[in-house]
Amino acid sequence: MQTFASVLGDAVALILSGDADLMEIIALSLRVTITAVIAACLIGLPLGAVVGAFRFPGRTLATVLLNSLMGLPPVVVGLVVYLALSASGPLGPLGLLYTPTAMVIAQTILVTPIVAALTRQVIEDLDREYSEQFRSLGVGPLTRIGALLWDARYSLLTVALAGFGRAVAEVGAVIIVGGNINHVTRVMTTTIALETSKGNLELALALGVVLLVIAVLVNAAVMGLRASAARAAYA
Amino acid sequence: MREAAARTEVEDAASIAAAAVPALLEAQGLRLEIGGKRLIDGIDIRIGQGRKTMIMGANGAGKSLLLRLLHGLIVPTAGRMTWRGGPLDKSARRAQAMVFQRPVMLRRSVLANLAFALKVRGLRGPAREARIAEALDKAQLGDLARSPARVLSGGEQQRLALARALACDPELLFLDEPTASLDPASTQAIESLIADASRRGVTVVMVSHDLGQARRLADDIVFLQAGRVAESGPASRVLCSPRSEAAGAWLEGRLFLDGQGAQG
Ligand SMILES: Nc1ncnc2c1ncn2[C@@H]1O[C@H](COP(=O)(O)OP(=O)(O)O)[C@@H](O)[C@H]1O
Ligand SMILES: [Mg+2]
Repeated sequence: MQTFASVLGDAVALILSGDADLMEIIALSLRVTITAVIAACLIGLPLGAVVGAFRFPGRTLATVLLNSLMGLPPVVVGLVVYLALSASGPLGPLGLLYTPTAMVIAQTILVTPIVAALTRQVIEDLDREYSEQFRSLGVGPLTRIGALLWDARYSLLTVALAGFGRAVAEVGAVIIVGGNINHVTRVMTTTIALETSKGNLELALALGVVLLVIAVLVNAAVMGLRASAARAAYA
Repeated sequence: MREAAARTEVEDAASIAAAAVPALLEAQGLRLEIGGKRLIDGIDIRIGQGRKTMIMGANGAGKSLLLRLLHGLIVPTAGRMTWRGGPLDKSARRAQAMVFQRPVMLRRSVLANLAFALKVRGLRGPAREARIAEALDKAQLGDLARSPARVLSGGEQQRLALARALACDPELLFLDEPTASLDPASTQAIESLIADASRRGVTVVMVSHDLGQARRLADDIVFLQAGRVAESGPASRVLCSPRSEAAGAWLEGRLFLDGQGAQG
């Protein structure tokens, strides 16, 4: 039985050696997650801004829906995307199942509601402050949305980072639609799950350490953003 | 008494002069009810072209609400408004600007705050640059052009808000207590910007608590009490010989609050 200390030592050595397999897994993780977060922002930022800034019938319902979807269970999302992409599913002919694209789709579905719901709150608060001034100036709807998004930029960057944090640590959905295929769809979380069950603790722990470092970096970035926003009174 | 007679003559002359000025904005029977409360209760008001009209009254009298109604930010429960005797359309709204009691600063630089307003008003390129430079210069904010607007002092923010409103080249400018809580130097800077705009022909409607300010700036005074006009007329007349109990008490410095509760 290996001691925890010796496994940790081996894990750190593995990271420092720049092991090719390890780097490939980390790179794919980051590629899938960053792509998903960008896609989620492209959908979620305007969606959240529209719900946050405009009054329309069903707005309360939309808000409740967005907030509820924030807590989507990843395995359910994985299952639904699996069914859609599987050979007999509606999107089966695209042949996307067990590809990184499938993982991006699943993560985008998970992160978009998070981005949209948090954006709605941020934009609604800012709009309360700006709306009379904007109406006085005669600001049109498109300019208004653009200005609100721009002026909330610091808060929205932390929103995107929150989405990134959630996606990079997610395992349930990507393991279902990605299948954890070596050199194809293995990402950090799925590899940890698999290698731990196989007893390959060095690789699992090495990836665990990398994930933790990423989490710390994300939080440091959030705090740095908050501080610089506060300095310019932009918070 | 001869003195009294002479004064009446002066008053009448002022009233006649005021009435001779064409109305830029006129409201009749303006009423606003929220939650069953009549916050604005049948106001008739006439804003003379090129005049500086000062709206006065106790906290909670409805001054800010009246300003918002006149500027079209709130839809009145009843009443009608005219612009130069005609309908109050979109172009009339575009000819107005407002500075709020608490200036709204975008989370951008001083320069970008000005640029945004001008962009909305359709100014582009060199014309916009020139207008921005002029506004910065007039408001003495040139050195702060690149600073985030929200780190400016209260006086500087108020100056920027006023400069931004004036840069839009309004015919009618609404100001809600533009010098409340400012020190004398800042107050003077704001007042001279207002006086300067007025000299260039901008019609001004401003809310103020400050009797000295009324003496320095007002052409006409509208005195509100509990959502109604207690008294209105040329400043020279209202300030010297108020006819209403409310305005008289105010001028004598007797403090009072409206029953509706105090609020800034
Ligand atoms: N949105 C609102 N809903 C209900 N009451 C309001 C609202 N806005 C203002 N009031 C009330 O209307 C009265 C007049 O307000 P306001 O015009 O702000 O007074 P002021 O003369 O001090 O500017 C106050 O009693 C205030 O509490
Ligand atoms: Mg007020």
